[in-house]
Amino acid sequence: MSAPTVLRRPSPARLSGPTGRRLPSWGTAALILAALAAYPLVFADSAAHNIGILALTFGIAATGWNLLGGYAGQVSFGHALYFGTGAYTTAALVRQGWSPWLAIALSLPLAALLAAAVGWPCFRLRHHYYSIATIAVAEIVFILVTNLPGLGQANGWELPVVEQSLANLQFSLLDKRPYYYVALGFFCLAALAVWLFLRGRAGNYVRAIRDDQEAAAAVGIDVHRYKLAAAALSGAVTALAGGYYVMYVLFVDPPSGLGLDLSVSFTLMAVLGGVGRFWGPLLGAWVLVFVQDVTRQEFSGSGRSVDLLLYGALIVLVSITEPGGLLAIGQRLWAPVARRLGGGRGGKAAPEPAGSAEVKP
Amino acid sequence: MTGALLRIDNLSCRFGGLWANRDVSFEVEPGAIVGLIGPNGAGKSTLFSMVAGAQRPTSGRLEFDGRDVTGWAPHRAARAGVGRTFQLMRVFGSMTVRENLTTAAFGRHSRLRDARRRADEVAELAGLGPVLDSPAASLTAAWKKRLEMGRALATEPKLLLLDEVLSGLTPTEAREAVEIVRTINRGGVTILMVEHVMEVIMPLCHRVVVLHYGQKISEGTPEQVAHDPTVVEAYLGKAL
Ligand SMILES: Nc1ncnc2c1ncn2[C@@H]1O[C@H](COP(=O)(O)OP(=O)(O)OP(=O)(O)O)[C@@H](O)[C@H]1O
Ligand SMILES: [Mg+2]
Repeated sequence: MSAPTVLRRPSPARLSGPTGRRLPSWGTAALILAALAAYPLVFADSAAHNIGILALTFGIAATGWNLLGGYAGQVSFGHALYFGTGAYTTAALVRQGWSPWLAIALSLPLAALLAAAVGWPCFRLRHHYYSIATIAVAEIVFILVTNLPGLGQANGWELPVVEQSLANLQFSLLDKRPYYYVALGFFCLAALAVWLFLRGRAGNYVRAIRDDQEAAAAVGIDVHRYKLAAAALSGAVTALAGGYYVMYVLFVDPPSGLGLDLSVSFTLMAVLGGVGRFWGPLLGAWVLVFVQDVTRQEFSGSGRSVDLLLYGALIVLVSITEPGGLLAIGQRLWAPVARRLGGGRGGKAAPEPAGSAEVKP
Repeated sequence: MTGALLRIDNLSCRFGGLWANRDVSFEVEPGAIVGLIGPNGAGKSTLFSMVAGAQRPTSGRLEFDGRDVTGWAPHRAARAGVGRTFQLMRVFGSMTVRENLTTAAFGRHSRLRDARRRADEVAELAGLGPVLDSPAASLTAAWKKRLEMGRALATEPKLLLLDEVLSGLTPTEAREAVEIVRTINRGGVTILMVEHVMEVIMPLCHRVVVLHYGQKISEGTPEQVAHDPTVVEAYLGKAL
């Protein structure tokens, strides 16, 4: 029998491994939360706190990216746009005297709308065409903000230093723990939102879309609508990171809020930790922030294409050698230990149906 | 007989200079098992794609369950009650078999618990129990075909389009699959199935439609069709 080859479509460019993954249990979540809460007490110096704050903040952005790029399989290289939406909206409103809490809160639906608006035309494109379109849109906004008056242009915006309080989201720079715990709170919020989305119907639907769009549509999934939903939440979560980041550094300019290297770093964090895995982006963010601190690299906004090249190369390297990222490596190392402890259980292999699966012509 | 469940009216589909389907008309009455046969490249899968909304007809009309569904998006067709399998299997590879079924069941059940229950019912019916927790990507072709069937069934369709779910199976597997098809049909699901193997079509189908080069060349009971000279000629050189 000759099947018409025209019906065979190329498999989508994917950054994820082929195996199904569970969402985290409450137990895992509680364990990780406890470790995160203990971190600034164990590592007491300000530099470690700074690493933690940045790791959590960028962990939020990467978790947002992972919802769309990892779980829904729509790889975006333009998420700095939503990070920037959070940063610029927050900066603009706080400069007007708004509460930073309100400002950040307002930036979230704005970013969600923007992400849906970008997705509306771009999701008609498949795979790498979609990815390329996201770069284009983000870069256009970068150029507009840099050149048009009103948003600080290339000089960027500084935020006023005001009285230190939780309400003002400004704390002492000598003891950064308050910054850390607020970041942790925001991370929990982001993780919860993503988890709630993925847990039920929507989560199944976006994973189905990632696996096979035609088959997804054939079981009644409105593919376009669920891509937009994933994009909207992904954008909002990423904006949360941007909003908090700008409150931490009290400054935003196009490279630090909208740069392409920022977009690519979100992707790298997710890929490094484990794309399409719930805790992967946080792990990746932590590792990347740590490495950058040790090597004394500017985290973002360096605007140097060297970083971009390095990030790109790393994404390719991880995708080829270990698509599951560090978490997959960790799980592989842990598996024999877990087996010895009698707890772990791997996926079962498929048994043969009655008779064998010999295909006759 | 009351009104037809599916009414295909002068349906055509052209790919460049090639008419994959040309002025095809037939009806599928509720509760029936109708066979769709024809040599390779006759346009059977293309017809399925049009009915399921995955392929836009060049011209003609499709009526399903009393509604004009011509040009509907595939997810709308699925919601309306058209379930389909893919000839070249397209399972959700990163998910387990159970998750595949649950995803399909979410169309009619918004709560996870209800969708899971439906998935388990379907798994039971389709005999997918032994592989329920296996990643779909790791399944053999025979299991994937069965999963295709189960997944379509999990959407609770009124009409099930089965595209060569029996071909390529061992005789034992095929017998099992035929039983599953019968059971599904007894459960009230109308079936339109593409199949090459006449020994399967003959006892299973109430009625058979024959396509050749995109056109309908015959229609009738399996007996009538098998003895139709036009059909024999179309299959010339092939054992019927
Ligand atoms: N998307 C497409 N673009 C161009 N040509 C196509 C497309 N899909 C199908 N065709 C062509 O249309 C004709 C009918 O194909 P179709 O797959 O419907 O046949 P079929 O009866 O299902 O064949 P088989 O028994 O091999 O499955 C073939 O010549 C095929 O090459
Ligand atoms: Mg076919």
